[in-house]
Amino acid sequence: MSFLQAEISKILTWSCVDGPGNRMVLFFQGCNYNCVACHNPHTIGLCNDCGDCVPACPTTALSMRDGKISFDPSACTACDACLEACPINANPMVQTYSVESILALLHENAAFLSGITVSGGEATMQLHFVRALFAAIGRDPALQHLTRFIDTNGHLGPKGWASVLEVTDGVMLDIKAFDPALHQRLTGRSNARSLASAYILHKAGKLYELRYLMIPGQTDSAAELESLKAFARSLGGPVRLRLNAFRSHGVRGEAAAWPPMPGDEVAAAARQLARANIGPVALPAIL
Amino acid sequence: MITPENQSFRHIVNNPTLSAAQKARALSVEAENSLDYPMLDEETQAALAARVICDMFEGHAPYKPRYVLPDYAVVLKNGSARLELPVAQTLDEAIHTLMIAYHHVPSVTGMPVYIGQLDDLLLPYCDGVSDAALYQQLKLFWRYLDRVLPDAFMHANIGPTDNRVARMILRVDAELQQIAPNLTFRYDPMISSEEILRLAVTNITICSKPHIANHPLHRQVFGGRGYGIVSCYNALPIQGGASTLTRVNLAKVAALSDGVEDFLTNKLPYYAELNFRLTQARVNYLFTESGFFESFLVSEGWLDKTRFTAMFGVFAMAEAVNALQDKAGKQGRYGFDAGANALGRQISARLEALVAARPLENVWQGRAMLHAQAGLSTDTGYTPGLRIPYGTEPDPVTHIRALAPHHQHYPSGISEILTLDETVKNNPEAVLDLCKGAFASGFREFTANVGGNDLVRVTGYMIRLSDVANFNAANGSRTNTTALGAEAADLTDILQRKPRVVANELLAGGDQ
Repeated sequence: MSFLQAEISKILTWSCVDGPGNRMVLFFQGCNYNCVACHNPHTIGLCNDCGDCVPACPTTALSMRDGKISFDPSACTACDACLEACPINANPMVQTYSVESILALLHENAAFLSGITVSGGEATMQLHFVRALFAAIGRDPALQHLTRFIDTNGHLGPKGWASVLEVTDGVMLDIKAFDPALHQRLTGRSNARSLASAYILHKAGKLYELRYLMIPGQTDSAAELESLKAFARSLGGPVRLRLNAFRSHGVRGEAAAWPPMPGDEVAAAARQLARANIGPVALPAIL
Repeated sequence: MITPENQSFRHIVNNPTLSAAQKARALSVEAENSLDYPMLDEETQAALAARVICDMFEGHAPYKPRYVLPDYAVVLKNGSARLELPVAQTLDEAIHTLMIAYHHVPSVTGMPVYIGQLDDLLLPYCDGVSDAALYQQLKLFWRYLDRVLPDAFMHANIGPTDNRVARMILRVDAELQQIAPNLTFRYDPMISSEEILRLAVTNITICSKPHIANHPLHRQVFGGRGYGIVSCYNALPIQGGASTLTRVNLAKVAALSDGVEDFLTNKLPYYAELNFRLTQARVNYLFTESGFFESFLVSEGWLDKTRFTAMFGVFAMAEAVNALQDKAGKQGRYGFDAGANALGRQISARLEALVAARPLENVWQGRAMLHAQAGLSTDTGYTPGLRIPYGTEPDPVTHIRALAPHHQHYPSGISEILTLDETVKNNPEAVLDLCKGAFASGFREFTANVGGNDLVRVTGYMIRLSDVANFNAANGSRTNTTALGAEAADLTDILQRKPRVVANELLAGGDQ
């Protein structure tokens, strides 16, 4: 029995884009990056119980109780009006889960799953929970066939990785940009720790996929793609690469007006990467 | 009465979008329907006229069973005296014999709905046949089927063993992407390899075919003499089939009920009984008046008169449950709310009991078989079978878990079409997981449409979206089912099935 709790904004029992096979995906709330181009900005902030979302809710699923936001999932119609109203990119619909409650959900859905992926937000910000959950899955005879994956921005440090990799089967690591100034501008952070994480994960044999989001006019330059190639090669062994393409769906602020990444240019970049023979190059399903 | 000025006849004859053969078929339907209906009592007549019960517009004078599943092994092994066919000795001869046989197998559409358990039928002729030759033979066979019997209700079966004919059929089917034939792979975890299931599932991501049938569950129902999956997910005895399919509109029965209690104890049993009477009248006409069973198909052993069931269909469960919930002042909707789903299961169990309690004559094992009917192209406002209304479905796992408990009650077929978004094309393993999970949960059939494929399943049959566009541009179609698909797309919400998009950033340029 663990007393650890996690703040989770959403759980999917069907996902075919978060690692191999169908996976249960936990979207942890809260992120240590603040990406301009985030596709799920409502997962970045942590609720401070300001109450601005309460009047926005058309079905009174939200209320204030003793100074705290109270959420009634049975009254919620998932219209997401509260997310629009939130001034800090948080989510009042976030639920608190125990390790046991996630294990129960896994038991219910195990017949449909290849594994579980923790995503976000940034799942490694709630590392103790992730470690306890993954260890418990590994100990459970009915669940231990499930693979355990982390989808991360790589900001976690070496000690953090050391503590969780033993119970982790694979990591999907997003590199937002290689040019330090560009990375700083897009995420509000340096990329030094992300790049270091790639080496740690690759060396441990746990780097399932290196992901790179192409944004037109920003991260799709020849120089950035060359850096991606050189970096992947410097890992010292095959690595699976995935190119994603920016779309404005879900994006807020200035990036909402950015144009979508043209599919043919992503395909061209993929062909170029494939010629470098670093490893398989995956693309979005629709180009 | 047929007169030169009968407008419906004239309309058919002068329709520029129909071929001569399609006109002849439509005229024969009109002619049959100018005859008197088999004798029905007044109550049954009234319920039929109000379409609370429905005969699927099969026609006024049943002269052929709705679904015929010949044992084609008989004609391959024995030849046919009637058709002057020798015993097949080679793969060429076997395929040729089948091609001839299909022309003598009637059904409700006038074309065969079942073309056999093809791997079992053809494997004995494949020794010494190279892969290249097998590929060429099957490809020509497939082309013939689609061009000469252009009806997507026509259904081939393969599996559960992993064998070279089944594999080659999957390869050819994915390559040609035809609407016909429809295809079912019968999966048995104790017999099938993981690899062939993976091949079948990968085909689904390419062309939304095959269906995958839960073989152990079907074998339990049909026993040693076997079954076939035909037309739109109907599981029926081989060497027999179904004489007729009648159905109850559960939504209309619910509308006529005071509430749940009245529905379950009075109205549903009442209309079920009227539907049994309708069934019996149609079956008796086929057996005692039509002369069908005097055919060489029976005397040569392709068919056995005792192996024809009657399908007892139901549809619009979703609207029925929601209407009963309304009458009880409850908010919960079918497919989403635990209470509404429990009511649905209660109705399924009640239906099973009603069917089990009602003897029928001239019907396999003396009882009808319960069936979740997948819809007609004119079912505006009613959701097929037990499906969750289009456009409102939850994610596929939740979807399957909501419907799985019903499947045990519907031995002659129940289906749900799961719509998966295109991103799954990059990850067929996810479809494999979904399929195995569905079967572990008690699903009898697994069927999925994948976004972005031209080939799309309507109620159970396949259409090409490009054909529908072409048909609507008044060019007509060489396939009979495309017209149904076009009508269904207009009148119902079939194309509104909501794909699940879970990661927008992965859809590069999808909306440009």
